[in-house]
Amino acid sequence: MPRSLTPRLEDLRKEIEGYARGFGLDCFETVFEILSYDELNMVAAYGGFPTRYPHWRWGMDYEQLSKGYEYGLSKIYELVINNDPCFAYLLEANAEVDQKLVMAHVYGHCDFFKNNFSFRHTNRRMIDEMANHATRVRRWIDKIGVEKVEDFIDRCLSLENLIDQHAPHIRRNPDPKLAEEQAKLNERVEGIKVDREYMRGYMNPREFIDQQRKKVEDEKQKAKRFPERPQRDVLAFLLDHAPLEEWERDILAIVREEAYYFAPQGQTKIMNEGWASFWHSTIMTTKALKDHEIIDYADHHSGTMGTQPGALNPYKLGIELFRDIEDRWNKGRFGKDWDECDDLRARRSWDKKLGLGRQKIFEVRKHYNDITFIDEFLTAEFAIEQKLFVYGFNEKRNSWEIMDREFRKVKNKLLQKLTNFGQPVIEVVDANDENRGELRLAHKHDGLDLKGDYARETLRNVQSLWRRPVNLVTKVEGKGVMLRYDGQSHSDKKVEL
Amino acid sequence: MALRIDQDHSRFKAIVRGKIKQNLRKYVQQGEMIGKKGKDTISIPVPFIDVPHFKYGHKEQGGVGQGDGEIGQQLAPGNVEPGDGAGKAGQGEGEHSLEVDVSLDELAQILGEELQLPNIQDRGSEKIVTTKIKYTGIHTIGPESLRHFKRTYKQALRRQISMGTYDPKNPIIVPLREDRRYRTYRLENLPETNAVIIYMMDVSGSMGDEQKEIVRIESFWLDAWLRHQYKGLETRYIIHDAVAREVDRETFFHTRESGGTMISSAYKLARDIIKAEYPASSWNIYPFHFSDGDNWSADDTRLCIELLKTEILPQVNQFAYGQVESPYGSGQFIKDLREHVGEQTNVALSEIADKDAIYNSIKDFLGKGR
Repeated sequence: MPRSLTPRLEDLRKEIEGYARGFGLDCFETVFEILSYDELNMVAAYGGFPTRYPHWRWGMDYEQLSKGYEYGLSKIYELVINNDPCFAYLLEANAEVDQKLVMAHVYGHCDFFKNNFSFRHTNRRMIDEMANHATRVRRWIDKIGVEKVEDFIDRCLSLENLIDQHAPHIRRNPDPKLAEEQAKLNERVEGIKVDREYMRGYMNPREFIDQQRKKVEDEKQKAKRFPERPQRDVLAFLLDHAPLEEWERDILAIVREEAYYFAPQGQTKIMNEGWASFWHSTIMTTKALKDHEIIDYADHHSGTMGTQPGALNPYKLGIELFRDIEDRWNKGRFGKDWDECDDLRARRSWDKKLGLGRQKIFEVRKHYNDITFIDEFLTAEFAIEQKLFVYGFNEKRNSWEIMDREFRKVKNKLLQKLTNFGQPVIEVVDANDENRGELRLAHKHDGLDLKGDYARETLRNVQSLWRRPVNLVTKVEGKGVMLRYDGQSHSDKKVEL
Repeated sequence: MALRIDQDHSRFKAIVRGKIKQNLRKYVQQGEMIGKKGKDTISIPVPFIDVPHFKYGHKEQGGVGQGDGEIGQQLAPGNVEPGDGAGKAGQGEGEHSLEVDVSLDELAQILGEELQLPNIQDRGSEKIVTTKIKYTGIHTIGPESLRHFKRTYKQALRRQISMGTYDPKNPIIVPLREDRRYRTYRLENLPETNAVIIYMMDVSGSMGDEQKEIVRIESFWLDAWLRHQYKGLETRYIIHDAVAREVDRETFFHTRESGGTMISSAYKLARDIIKAEYPASSWNIYPFHFSDGDNWSADDTRLCIELLKTEILPQVNQFAYGQVESPYGSGQFIKDLREHVGEQTNVALSEIADKDAIYNSIKDFLGKGR
């Protein structure tokens, strides 16, 4: 059972919150609760929401978390939920200094949730919403049966990343812009406007007019295709157009809603963790830390910031980038003069004493996501200082190895990994493929192949919602391939792209 | 305390168990090769338990890392982002699978459920008590071998900082006597039920590698099941051709002799071991004998039956004989046993033609619940 803070911890909380607000952090009210480690693992397995709908996948995550804890491999110190009020969970067994650090960290997250643009349209009453979802799912389980509902949830979860990751927020109504463009297409073809009638033949020769007509016809042809333009929100498309039963539609809508709620957290992982770490570090080392706590604090902090060669630690990358930005804007290391200066000595001692750093990082935390954050602020100096490198798989030696330390390559690789937030872009391009009511999806190939066996399994799940055969156009080793599942068997076909 | 997640957790476990059961026959044939073996657990690749997504192939991806190292330097496999490419070469596409850790105990339990093996009644009356060390805390005194490095280091660091002798530029920490911290422990007594398996195998020329493979796989499952039933399980290994000797496990499965076969030699040795070390009053005793059934002479077979009847069967929970079919066919011995001791309740006989037959043979051996 969750417990509220002890009087002692409540005092500490007030103290930490005071520091946080003093530094200008702007948080929702934050409710802390204390949990034992298995309760914390449980809440973590539920993605932070103890009231989530029943499904075995949470059980799987719980098992992994519990094992990680038992083997001493991983330990969750805290969990914080984007909600108003914010909910944060502390681990009962933590030492006092850990709790202080964690609280400071939580206030960092909380400020980020409230202020970063990516979260602006997330549901701030998600705790209630999740509980409603659970009630709806339970109701369907009672009506339809647990096996059927669970099986359907499995399929929906398999498709949960097929949303428009870049959409500013979840779309709940059809796009009005579409109608506008429709109208435009119906205009008559008249060629270039001519003032003098005798010029018409010159300005608009027959071929030109024909060409224009054809173009319009093509556009119209395209418009007859459905959807008119590729649609990234595959889940929305299925909701609108797949022959689903009421309960299926309801569950798919729940999965989609939750996917959109969690999407911004995937889009700001580096920034969010970096920001929270920046503030726990700042608050602890300048205000909250007592002398006797310094060693345990340092131990905990360095544990969180630790890096391994083959895995980027978002906490570390994030905090260092924020620190670097603060430092650069304090010293005026930005703008035209700075960019054009290649005198190394001048660069090294560059300090215009602007003191704009703090202000700048608050702006950054508001207007950026991981992609734009990295793109704009990751500099060559930073990459060298942080010893960043690109690694890849060496087929010959059958091992992972360091490939390159060149700044451009590092940055590009990092951005590539963040594009669409690490998910392949899959779009619905035709709902009447081959004029047979088949669904055609297209993978926008950006150099990386899909994992084939997963793709086939997932395609099978799309088919089970669409009911008619489903095709996916992608590339495998540079060649166009159409994967197909017709409800009975899989097949592959070469296609020209 | 019951948690809300328990329901989802047990549902997950049920799914895993279901998948394992579906593939149990396949797993049984593979014996200990089914997965990576840890100390008490075994990782089993369970097909299709992950939720599939459209995602990138891991090897395609690569990524960005942080730290020292020359270009071309290899990254330790454990250090690469969790994914599924590395280290699993040879697993072709189309059978994606998630490795699930299953304890041997659980696996035995699943085996038991699937084969409908009855639980064994513990026969030993005296409990043997073993003591176990449990580390419970930290103390300022203790033996050096139990010194807790990190605690000691932290204590020394703390002292040096407060005394002002810590130099960040030259951060050398020298622990003093009073900085040292030691683990403390408590001894816990655990009553144990004990069982011993005595494996005997014919290693005469007619027992080939394939036959031994069958014995090895089968013994893995027998071990697993009996370990599931008894806390303390010991295993002894006897090989024999015309003479018998006790060997270690490694030798047991890899020795090949060329001599004739005198099964009685093994039974005599087993009898001696039991007599000397495993009093039936406190031990559950399981001799398992594997052979291709070609004994040297009818006389020796008679001697074997005599030994079984008078000395071995009265001492043991169950005596089991498995006859493995060799390229030279299957011998006479199992028929002789069936004729003379087949009626005894604590005798289990099984003919194992090939790997496929292991599954049923386990049931022959363990189906009696003794």
